[in-house]
Amino acid sequence: MNAIIPLMLDTLSSAALIFFAAVGLTLVFNVLRVLNVAHGSFYSIGAYVAASICAFIVSRHLNPYLSFVALLFSAALVAVVLGPLIESTLIRWTYGKSEAVQILITFGLFLILEDLQRMVFGVQSFYEDTPMRLMGSTSIGGVVYLNYQMFLVAMAVIVVFGLRLLIKHSRLGRLVTAVVADREMAQSIGVDTNKIFIIAFSLGVFLAALGGALAVPTSGVAPGLGADTMVLAFAVAAIGGLGQIEGAALAALIVALARVLAIYFVPSLDAVAPYAAMLIVLLVRPYGLFGAITTRRI
Amino acid sequence: MRAILLIVAILAIVAAPMAAPWLQFVLTMAIAKGLAALGVAVLLRAGMISIGHAMSFAASAYGVAFLARGGISDFGVLLVLSVVVTGLAGAVVGAFLIRYRAIFFAMLNLAVSMVFYALFAKLYGLTGGTDGMTIPVPTVFGVVLSEPTFKAVLFYGSVALMLLVGLAVHRYLDSPLGHALSAVHTNEVRLEYLGVPVWAVLLVAYIVSAVLAGMGGAIAGFAIGRVVPDFAFWTASGHLVLVAVLGGIGGVPGAFIGAFFLELLHTEAAAFTDAWNLIVGAALIGVIMFLPKGLYGLLTRSEVPAK
Repeated sequence: MNAIIPLMLDTLSSAALIFFAAVGLTLVFNVLRVLNVAHGSFYSIGAYVAASICAFIVSRHLNPYLSFVALLFSAALVAVVLGPLIESTLIRWTYGKSEAVQILITFGLFLILEDLQRMVFGVQSFYEDTPMRLMGSTSIGGVVYLNYQMFLVAMAVIVVFGLRLLIKHSRLGRLVTAVVADREMAQSIGVDTNKIFIIAFSLGVFLAALGGALAVPTSGVAPGLGADTMVLAFAVAAIGGLGQIEGAALAALIVALARVLAIYFVPSLDAVAPYAAMLIVLLVRPYGLFGAITTRRI
Repeated sequence: MRAILLIVAILAIVAAPMAAPWLQFVLTMAIAKGLAALGVAVLLRAGMISIGHAMSFAASAYGVAFLARGGISDFGVLLVLSVVVTGLAGAVVGAFLIRYRAIFFAMLNLAVSMVFYALFAKLYGLTGGTDGMTIPVPTVFGVVLSEPTFKAVLFYGSVALMLLVGLAVHRYLDSPLGHALSAVHTNEVRLEYLGVPVWAVLLVAYIVSAVLAGMGGAIAGFAIGRVVPDFAFWTASGHLVLVAVLGGIGGVPGAFIGAFFLELLHTEAAAFTDAWNLIVGAALIGVIMFLPKGLYGLLTRSEVPAK
């Protein structure tokens, strides 16, 4: 019984981080119909930028609570700079092309972004745990928890409901839904689809960068983070059903649970767990838990 | 004209290590990656993109390492056995995966290869974890060779294998079974109505591609003398697709042109820049946008209007 509470908390907080990595991927796929292989790079770029800004705040002895603002600000910065630029040049070119072309173009983008990160931020790892120390810890039943873990879970819940609110109950959300349902029809009645695509893609970049920024205080950032995050995001998005936001949230819980259970009971298999979960789900339900089954066209 | 070009290219490859010995390793690796990329190209013809093909590449290299640990020391036996095992593994995995198309095929291949990667990286007692396993210098037909001699034998053996396999795959792609692949890409349902079992066409293609990747992996393992789990990481699979597309999937030479081009460019570029991925990524995007048939398309373009 004593093991249940820490297990649950670990699962929830790691699910929150995994969810942030995947939700942008699934959102972008839903609207743009492009599987973005470079998505993991946005996560690691967000992490690098957040680590740099937090380090700047600490080194100048500014108010340490500014580091929370820095986490959000860095994600927004990455989204505003990279989102429109990449969508309007590379991604837009791939609309209507085959999946192979889309995957390859974004893989090329991934290679470019990985090298750019190495050139700008170097190859050393960054750790910046100011926000985590500021939040302190709580003791439940004799076990000490970091409040930051709860903060991560709260952020993930806010994002799930925020996205739902945005898509179901705002003008922008209705336009996005219209574009998803029928791109040509939406365009012919005057929806600026290019604008919708830029906004949706940038939102995806923002969510990935935010995930990276929020992960910095717990696990830091090192080269290879983008590639690792990418497969995890794939696994979660595929389990939940590509394009399903609530599906991604549930899938993040499943993957996190699989991982935490593996760490508690068979530590050597912790890295295998997410992919094994993906494989099992996809073999049974290839369109994911919530994915819509599309009919074959003749 | 193309036959002359081919002969000149092969003579140049065979002669290159005599002029510049350091090229021998580079070219052996180019052949290894070319074989694996050819496997990816076979599947690409059916419109199926696999981001997990490095698994077969790694599986075969691990196969060689395990067999060598088990006491088998002959080059030919090691090569054949590990490729056969990889082909069988490909048949089992393929039987499940060919039911899926497009993005789902790509992602399932990714999932399987990452399970493989994670297992081989974590089972330290069996596989040496991320340190990998060494592959000792084998004997060739019972003859014990020094390492430099073996590397030379490996290189010329690889060139011969490349020619034989290239010819075989060329015949395969030109057979009804091979043409059925492009038909799957164009209209799968029509093919089924014509009475062609699509699953059999794809299963054969999947096994062929696994065997090709297996040959490449075994050669790479021998050439490097070590196999690590990173052989199977998803970025390695991405690179194989990249080589295939860069070279062009219009014909067998495409994959090898892509592999030789990239390996040689890599060695040259390494001298003055380390932003190698940046160059490759940009080249990939450029080729897809402006040369949809790859580098090989440059050679064949002039023949199309004559039809």
